[in-house]
Amino acid sequence: MNRQIVKLFTFVVVLFGVLIGFTSYWSVFEADALKEEDANKRPLLEQQRIQRGRILADDGTVIARSIPKGSGDNRRYVRRYPESVLFGHPIGYSFVKEGDSEFEQFHNDELVGEESEFTSLLDELRGQQQEGNDVVTNLDPEAQRVALSALEAAGFGAVAAIEPSSGRVRVMASNPPFDPNRIPTEQNELNANTFETPLLNRATQGRYPPGSTFKVVTAAAALDSGAIDLDSTIDAPATIDVQGQPLANSDGASYGPITLETALTNSVNTWFAQLGEEVGSDTLFEYLDRFGFGSEPAIDLPDDQVEPSGVEEEGELLGRGDAVDVARVAIGQERLLVTPLQMAEVAAAVANGGTLMKPQIWSRVVDPDGRVTESLDPSSYSQPIAEETAATLTTAMEDVVNEGTGTNAAISGVPVAGKTGTAETPFNESCVGAGDNQAWFIGFAPADDPEIAIAATVECTNSFGGELAAPIFREVAESILDD
Amino acid sequence: MTARNRELVALVPVALLLTAGFTAVFAQESDRLDNLSLIYGAYFLAVCLATHIYLRLRLPNADPYLFPLVALLTAFGLVMIYRIDAELARDQANWFVLGLLLFALTIHFLRDYDVLERYRYTIAGIGLLLLLAPRLPGIGAQVNGAYLGVELGPISFQPAEFSKICIVVFLASYLREHREVLIVGARRVLGVTLPPLKHLGPLLVVWGASMFMLVFIRDLGSSLMFFAAFLALLYVATGRFSFVVIGMTMFMLGAWFFASTVPHVHDRVEVWLDPYASPLGSGYQILQSIFAQADGGLFGKGFGQALITIPGTDDALLPAAQTDTIYALIVNELGLFGGCALVAIYLLIAARGFKVALLADDGFSKLLATGLTAVFAIQAFVIVGGVTRVIPLTGVTLPFVSYGGSSIVANFVLLALLLLISDRARREATAPAPLGGGLALEGGR
Repeated sequence: MNRQIVKLFTFVVVLFGVLIGFTSYWSVFEADALKEEDANKRPLLEQQRIQRGRILADDGTVIARSIPKGSGDNRRYVRRYPESVLFGHPIGYSFVKEGDSEFEQFHNDELVGEESEFTSLLDELRGQQQEGNDVVTNLDPEAQRVALSALEAAGFGAVAAIEPSSGRVRVMASNPPFDPNRIPTEQNELNANTFETPLLNRATQGRYPPGSTFKVVTAAAALDSGAIDLDSTIDAPATIDVQGQPLANSDGASYGPITLETALTNSVNTWFAQLGEEVGSDTLFEYLDRFGFGSEPAIDLPDDQVEPSGVEEEGELLGRGDAVDVARVAIGQERLLVTPLQMAEVAAAVANGGTLMKPQIWSRVVDPDGRVTESLDPSSYSQPIAEETAATLTTAMEDVVNEGTGTNAAISGVPVAGKTGTAETPFNESCVGAGDNQAWFIGFAPADDPEIAIAATVECTNSFGGELAAPIFREVAESILDD
Repeated sequence: MTARNRELVALVPVALLLTAGFTAVFAQESDRLDNLSLIYGAYFLAVCLATHIYLRLRLPNADPYLFPLVALLTAFGLVMIYRIDAELARDQANWFVLGLLLFALTIHFLRDYDVLERYRYTIAGIGLLLLLAPRLPGIGAQVNGAYLGVELGPISFQPAEFSKICIVVFLASYLREHREVLIVGARRVLGVTLPPLKHLGPLLVVWGASMFMLVFIRDLGSSLMFFAAFLALLYVATGRFSFVVIGMTMFMLGAWFFASTVPHVHDRVEVWLDPYASPLGSGYQILQSIFAQADGGLFGKGFGQALITIPGTDDALLPAAQTDTIYALIVNELGLFGGCALVAIYLLIAARGFKVALLADDGFSKLLATGLTAVFAIQAFVIVGGVTRVIPLTGVTLPFVSYGGSSIVANFVLLALLLLISDRARREATAPAPLGGGLALEGGR
């Protein structure tokens, strides 16, 4: 019988092996999928038990914190946003039932203190409960407040402000704003509001025609590729014919042969349209790519909440080799759609000697003991243009503010470089009953040693960029430079 | 080292696990638990030591690892139950003491366990009566649709736990006597070796009994456990794998038939096949059990960290955490490693149990040790397999770990029988050394 007993034991070993196999399957291999199951409320219940870390502004202002409710085993934490609407964008919200968005979603792991299995094992052995880390942002509350109230006075739109040398995002405001504290009670209403779309972060998701602000990109491509230099002239009549359609200067003036500085200062359409044709669509698209158009910005926000910029056709972005009206692309028309963040990146790249830094909202992660566990190490995204190109362009952009369309952006005692833009959006359905201009200003200051690059835009207005967006730029820049 | 000294050494890890476990749980939940309950840890260890001394006196040659392994399981269970509810842990500790008392009594009165052979039909009768008891009017009790419990005044117990020992004793005795005829009388029909018809009767009775359990007790788990133990014994006794195949086929056919006619059994199978069909109803327990395991990962969340009820309510997040789904709780808190460790302990017990069977001299001892070990191992498989969705989830207890008096007490009787067989086998194995005196020397097996 002994032989059979040994065989029987072998069978038991196999049976128990199956148990180990199934346990491994559920607890390790299939675990992530099981945590996604709708019937599985555990992840939500667990998250409630962890005190999520705070989100702080650059100056220590508390943007989000979690407060305990109940006690003992029933203790759970609920998110509060003391600054109400001020940081609705770009911070977003985080609630157990309603889910999370924007910065809260992107930095979830740090905020809940998610660690590797080994680290959490060590914590368990030391009897420590999982605790969330604080995340400090680069956001400047005063400047954010200035930007939001300026927008509220001007209309729906957005402001994005980036420190050119580091990519630190100092301001990201979107109007209309929303109060994240109201999400648990009003999420459905906010979602259903398709006219105002308050949950849309217009700075990263709003896609607008850039108008003349795009001439900065065209000029950058032309200078950097060697198509022109500061002394080159192009004859700029009041109207030219492009692909059978007339293309006119907005002031109706005929300028004759002029250089880049004059053309940019007066935002001469016929000059830039011809420049675009000279540069060609392939070169222009190459420079678009270098500036980050055509792909999602490398910012610390969830992929589905940032939009790429570029020439769009039926939901697809066009690239090299695609047929476009390059003359109209060159002046920011055609089917060009851009986000305010992308235009702020263009200004920042020019300001930073031609190097584009990755825009980042976060600055550092602080653990519950107050130790900084991670801090932002600024890194470059690309070098779209050479340093000399950037310097030349800066000179031309200074003229815009000193004597051209952007005088409203001037700050006393500080040299400012910038470019205005006014795109006509007669087909924008959300502008019904309002104006159909898209007003823009992009720029940076101080022009000789840039500390901040800003894009400001207002949708559905009757005003021009120089009238409406340039003052917003000035107020926000002054607020940041005052610090 | 003598067998008993090894046993003593093997109890050290038990003491460590228990101390570490209780301390961890206590440290986690000191606001909820009073430190009096810590004394229960010490009390448990003292009882283990007393048992060890008793074994030293009565069964000096018995297998040195079985008791420490069982003590390890009990400590494991005690810590988990303590973590769920300190009150339940006290009850469980009391059941543990009662179990050891019955363990000692079994060893005392059944030193010559051959006597069991003489009463095999009586024992079989008692076994069947025990199985029937839950359906008897007045004392039967229904739990989750299965008839597993008996209530006699304040005491309630699960007779199937005791019945399994009776049935194994009967089968071991019956097969010891008839194994030869079953082998010799076997004929080949259509290429399949069949047992002789004359001796088929009692085997059909066993098959009938397990089918009966399926219908009347409505418990697929115990039915499977009984029948698998029977097939294991039949195989070991006859060496005919074809008998096992025939038996399996019969069980499958029967189970399939009843699974489609008895609603309770049918539901269990449906839920097993598709738990997501009713995630908040009949599928809740198995789904939550699997979610709890997914939550554990490799290393688990740590003692006292798992969610058992939904915070803010008394609603169970892991239903029957102290009994049916205790394995899921273990995986949740101690991870895949904890689950593997537990399964490994059961495997080691099975290994030692089968070793006892290998060493035993006479047919009855061999079959009895095999049967007891097999039924124990299969019970562990049935419930862990249920919780991990290998097979339908049923209400069988996880031996020595789940909360429950009947389970603890009955399994200690089972352990006592194994140690009795082991003591005799190892005494005889070492006896031929004529100059060995009274010392049982190890290593000569």
